[in-house]
Amino acid sequence: MSVIDMNTFNALKEAAGADFIGELIDTFLEDTPGQITTMKNALAAQDADSFRRAAHSLKSNAATFGATSLAGLARELEMLGRENVLEIGNRLEVLQDAFEQVRGQLDGLR
Amino acid sequence: MTVSSSPAHLLIVDDNKVNRMVLSRSLEQQGHVVETAENGREGLEKFRTGVFDLMLLDIEMPEMDGFEVLEACLNDVDLRQIPIIMTSAMEELDAVVKCVELGAEDYLTKPVNPILLRARVNASLEKKRLRDEQRRLFRTFATKEVAEQLLRSGFSLGGKQVKASIMFADIRSFTTIAENQEPSESIDLLNQYFSLMFDAITNNGGTVNQVVGDGLMAVFGAPIFFEDHSEKAVRAALQMLEQLKVFNQNQLAQGKMQIRIGIGIATGQMVAGYTGTQTRAIYTCIGDTVNVASRIEEYTKEALHPLLIDNYTRESLPEDIKVEDLGKIIFKGKNQAINVFAVRGS
Repeated sequence: MSVIDMNTFNALKEAAGADFIGELIDTFLEDTPGQITTMKNALAAQDADSFRRAAHSLKSNAATFGATSLAGLARELEMLGRENVLEIGNRLEVLQDAFEQVRGQLDGLR
Repeated sequence: MTVSSSPAHLLIVDDNKVNRMVLSRSLEQQGHVVETAENGREGLEKFRTGVFDLMLLDIEMPEMDGFEVLEACLNDVDLRQIPIIMTSAMEELDAVVKCVELGAEDYLTKPVNPILLRARVNASLEKKRLRDEQRRLFRTFATKEVAEQLLRSGFSLGGKQVKASIMFADIRSFTTIAENQEPSESIDLLNQYFSLMFDAITNNGGTVNQVVGDGLMAVFGAPIFFEDHSEKAVRAALQMLEQLKVFNQNQLAQGKMQIRIGIGIATGQMVAGYTGTQTRAIYTCIGDTVNVASRIEEYTKEALHPLLIDNYTRESLPEDIKVEDLGKIIFKGKNQAINVFAVRGS
């Protein structure tokens, strides 16, 4: 099952240029693990603001590539962070899994 | 690649690398020249030091957020005419509304749709081009201050109370001069004379708001208020008299007639604003202070001093400007005597 909305992805590819999409995917795949780490560390430090910021960036990037469900998960975490709620259950693990699936598919779309 | 309008210099301010890449790439594809900044502080610095036609500004950023950058730009005379488009996530719509109310030109939600991006950027650039054109035209026909005030707060008839200094100046016996030379020569003389006087007034923050025949009226401290309007008015007048000396030397060298002028300045409360109709209006000042300035100017003929001021103007002059008390004068149509001073120079 596709975890990437191909309409969004193709529009991005067209706007950025086919020659540029690979570089863009690389940047996204390189930046995201760091954002997930930031969120983990923020949870440990009970730092809701930095948790929210990292979730915000991840959400924004995921949406840019049409990774709709990953964006939805990140958005949910951003909202929780905004409300200062850091009891997030297993949501971060779910998000990590969702990212792995997105990575798998984007690797093939370069 | 299609280029729909002439290339513009754009600044993209976003803390997210992917966003910066997508935005700059899309805009470069459209033929624009793009620079980027990673946070609000860096963005503001670049915006201040570079020359840009438009800024795309993220709201949620470290160091300095989009609000702070927007406010700083709107408070900066040199930056506020450059359009700013806010870029934000869908959920930040409240924040976007606040930005647009503050004075942002437009907004885009992220992920940015490339077609909307193109349309909004081009529309904003076109609006800026029209505004620049309008500003240029305004400046030709109105003073810079009036033009800026019009552009900022729009045009409306009606006035408000202000404290300012009014100057009247005219040429002594210009009618006699005009009768003794060719009409074209008179117009030529007036044009040369006015351009010198306007410069002296403008250089000191004044605004010439009326020219009638060989006379002019200027306002200091309105429409844009400044504290030392009396002093500026007097300094402008002294500069005018200096300019006139040079002008007369030139006239003499060319075997032409020399001219003398009279200048009167009064300070006080007045009503200032636009009078006229919606299609033809001028910025003017009305009130007793204006009448006093006009009477004092006329009195220069009798007093045999080219530059006379009232007591309110004298009160706020610094030490280096020397004045001579000419005593209290009762002007036609006035009940109260006015203490008049002749300015000796600085």
